[in-house]
This record gives sequence, structure tokens and C-alpha cells, in this order.
Amino acid sequence: MKLLQKIATYLLALIWILPLFYTFWAAFHSEKYSANFDIFAPLSIQSFYDAWNQAPFLHYLINTFTLVTIILIGQMILCTLAAYAFAKFDFYGKSVAFFLVLMQLMIMPENLILENYKTISYLNLVDTTWGMAIPYIASAFGIFLLRQTFKTIPTELDEAAKMEGCSQLGILFRVYIPLSKSTYLAYALVSVSYHWNNFLWPLIIANSNNVKPLTVGLAIFAAPESGVQWSTISAATLISVAPLLLAFLIFQKQFVNSFLHTGIK
Amino acid sequence: MRHVYGWLLLLPGFILIVAFTHYPTVTTFINSFFSNQTVLKPKRFIGLDNYEYMLHDPIFMQTLKNTLYFSLTTVPLSIMIALAMAIFVQEKIKARSIVRLAYFTPTILPMVAVANIWLFFYAPEIGLINQVLHYFGFNEYNFLGDRDLVLGSTIVMTVWKEAGFFMIFYLAALQGIPKELYEAAKIEGSSPWTTFTKVTFPLLMPTTFFVMINALINSFKMIDHLFILTKGGPDNASNLLLYYIYDVAFSFFDYSYAATLTMVLLTILIIISLIQFGLIEKKIHYK
Repeated sequence: MKLLQKIATYLLALIWILPLFYTFWAAFHSEKYSANFDIFAPLSIQSFYDAWNQAPFLHYLINTFTLVTIILIGQMILCTLAAYAFAKFDFYGKSVAFFLVLMQLMIMPENLILENYKTISYLNLVDTTWGMAIPYIASAFGIFLLRQTFKTIPTELDEAAKMEGCSQLGILFRVYIPLSKSTYLAYALVSVSYHWNNFLWPLIIANSNNVKPLTVGLAIFAAPESGVQWSTISAATLISVAPLLLAFLIFQKQFVNSFLHTGIK
Repeated sequence: MRHVYGWLLLLPGFILIVAFTHYPTVTTFINSFFSNQTVLKPKRFIGLDNYEYMLHDPIFMQTLKNTLYFSLTTVPLSIMIALAMAIFVQEKIKARSIVRLAYFTPTILPMVAVANIWLFFYAPEIGLINQVLHYFGFNEYNFLGDRDLVLGSTIVMTVWKEAGFFMIFYLAALQGIPKELYEAAKIEGSSPWTTFTKVTFPLLMPTTFFVMINALINSFKMIDHLFILTKGGPDNASNLLLYYIYDVAFSFFDYSYAATLTMVLLTILIIISLIQFGLIEKKIHYK
């Protein structure tokens, strides 16, 4: 049993990492080796050069970066304010409002592509970064997560700050936000990786290369009709995932912890 | 005063959530009872006509079947593999952190990139899987071009991508199980399998339920891979509900029918959530 389990462990790991290894292989070798595994095949970075020249990947990269940044900043501000309201204030209709917010956990903006597209085009935001960002800025998930964290902060700290002459917003900035740093970090990592990888909504909204994020750019670049070679597609795939993958390898622990932290209610 | 203050803080986020969740839900519902608006014809009330058309639409029936099949296979399969992974990396083995990294890495990749990678595996003739099959003297398959294989092929790929994500929830849950229980089981002379079925698995039930519901809700919007791999084909054999909605809305411009289809999707999502809130949560509580 023990040995069997060991074999299963490593075999599973091998199967899980093999696709990625293959992508590296294909990207760093010329096309004729992409399906032909010869350990002594010469390394080449021609594919990266080709991919980079055939599509505006730098542009896509900047677009993704801008999109992710806008969403993240917007989420931080709006979710903080809403979470603070839910955690520390009593107001008319609070529980109904909270229920309405939580509904977004089951019906995400992606599930309503048609009507949301109409709204975005009514607002004249089709083919803009804002059009891609705005449905995601108020995140029920973020509100819920921050509310839970804010609720664990003892009210004595609140009162102490009030004695010192802090306003309500002052208390939020001086007490609540600093004490919730780890939740913010966890949420930021989850949010960034989600929106870095998001595809359907940006596909619908972005038409021009000036706003297309990496995922949409990559999908069009690698479409079979475009007749691009495997090694070039592999290189393009690596270019698209490299920044996030690199960040993941460096902050592995934080990534795993934040997925955990944000996933368990 | 605090009522005003509370609402003021909530308002910016609340408006956006209403604008992109509740308002579109309501308009989708209303539009599903109207005919399509074109330049020549204004929209008019047609009652349940769209729904009737839907029930006779073979493509809808196919995508609904595919979607349920896709969700009800990928989720349990991913969960089972995730549980195995979590148990494997709990053990004191060599290269534990590398193994854990291998399991988790696909989670971090975008589905579009994953589909690109797997497109090559599934390709006929030059594809990696076919080369291996060929090497061992088996027949070759056109995984993405064969009606009987295509949905299964996308399911395998999705399980590969998702399992590592669920693993981390099990990892955390496993760490929460008191060591004394295992010691007690050992003293009783219980076999590893009995310990798993009688101790570990029941204690992981709340985690399993949590992961299952969230994974199910997520699985209904998983369509990115279709844009790369199959476009729903061949013959709609791999088509999923949300992709069909996308097609009806943005390729055929049939907005009212797309609204009707969206209502089906929303109904499924709401039913899953109701199950979460109501029925099962009460039964699976061990604290």
C-alpha cells in the first residue's frame, strides 16, 4: 500500500507538470522538434522572436496590467467602504442589502453577458478598459471577506480612536484597514490571478488591439485558422503566462495561503 | 444619522452590484417574453413562445445535456483527485514541495493557455497522445473531431486544470483533524483504508460540500476552452449552455432567445445555491 501510494504520488505529479514541460520544450526548440523529442536538439529562442513580432504582445501585456490594476484599486475602495458599512453600522434595510450583495456570489457578471453588454454599450464603454473592468469592481466576494475580517476587530479599538477625536472614516483608515492587511493581500492575489486569466467578458468588450488583454490576444493569435506553428504558439503561451507564473513561483506560499484564506468562510 | 452614513458607505458598491447583477437578471427575465427587436420590427410581447421554441430546439437540448454532463463529471472527478493529492502531499515524502507545486501550477494558468497546450496533445497524427498510442501499436484517434470523444476530452483537460485548486482546501482541512483520532485508530488496529473511510472522509464532509457547491457554480461559466479547442463542435457535441448563449447573442444576434436561454442558466445556478442554503447544510455539520 505504502509503495503504491508513493508511485501514485509521483506519477500524478508527473502527469500534472508534463503539459507545462512540453510547452517549454516546444517553445525553446525549432518547429521540427516540437513533436520530436530529441534530448540533443538544439535550443532556440526563434519562436519567441516570431511570436513577439507577429502580434503586439507588449501591448496586450500593458492592457492586461492596466485592466487588473483598475479592477484591483476599484475593488479595494468600494469593497472596503461597503464592508465597513456592513460590519459596523446599523441601517435600515441592512440585512436585505446584504442578501442582495451576496446574490452576486451565485450569479456572476459572466452569466449575464448579453444584458451587461447592452448596459456597457449604453454607457458607451464598448472597446474600453473601463468597460471590461466596471462589472467586476464591486465584488460581493471582496465585500464579504472584508466584512468578516472587520467584524473580528474589537470595538474597544474603535472607541479608543473615537476618544482621540477620529472621525468614522478616520477610524476606518487608522484602525480597520491596517489591522486587515493580510486579508487585503490574500484578496489582492486572488483577484489579480482571476482577472489576469479572465477571458469571456474581455473578449466581448474589447475589439481593438489597444485594449485587448493577453488572454484575448493569445486566443486570436493561436486560432487554428491563423496557421501559426506549434512552437510559436507555445512561445506566445509562455509569454502570456510568464508574469503571473513568475509571481507565483516567487510568492508561492502567499498564493496558496491566500487561495485558502479567501476560500474558507 | 448612522442610517445615512451606513448607506452612503455602501452605495457605490451597491449601485454597481444592482446594475450588473440584479438589473440584468430582471431585464433578462422580461426580455425572454418578448420577440426580437430588429430595425424593421419593434419588439412585442409573445408570452411563452421563446420557451416553447427552446423546448423544441435540438441544439439547446444537446447543450443542456452536455452542460449537466460536463459539470456533474468534472466536479466529482476533480474533487476525488484533489483529495488524493492532498493526502499524498500530507505524507512525509521526498520532494514534497515540488510535488505540491506540480499539482497546483495548472490552477494559476488561464484556461485559454491551458487549451492551447492541450490542443497539441489532442491533435490527430502529430498530437502527443496519438504519438504515444501509435508507439504502443494502438489506433489513433481524432479526439476533438470525434463526436463521442470530444466532450470527454474537454472534461479530462478541465479536471487537470481544476484539481490542484481544490487540493488546497483539503490540505487545510486535513491539518485541522486532531492527531489523537489517528492515534486512537492506530491503537484499535484499523487499516489505512478503514481509517480513511471512518475518520478522515466523514470529517472532511463540510469541506467537500463547500468545494462542491462552489465548483458547480463555477463550472457553469467554464467555456473559455471551447473558443480554442472546438467552438462547440463537432455537431454541438462539446457545446455548453453559456457558449450557446454567447453564440445566439453575438453571432446570431437573437437577443430575446439568448435571454430565454440565460433564464435556464440562472435557474440552474439558483437551484444549486438553494440546495446549499437549505437542504444539505443542516445534515453535514459535525461541530
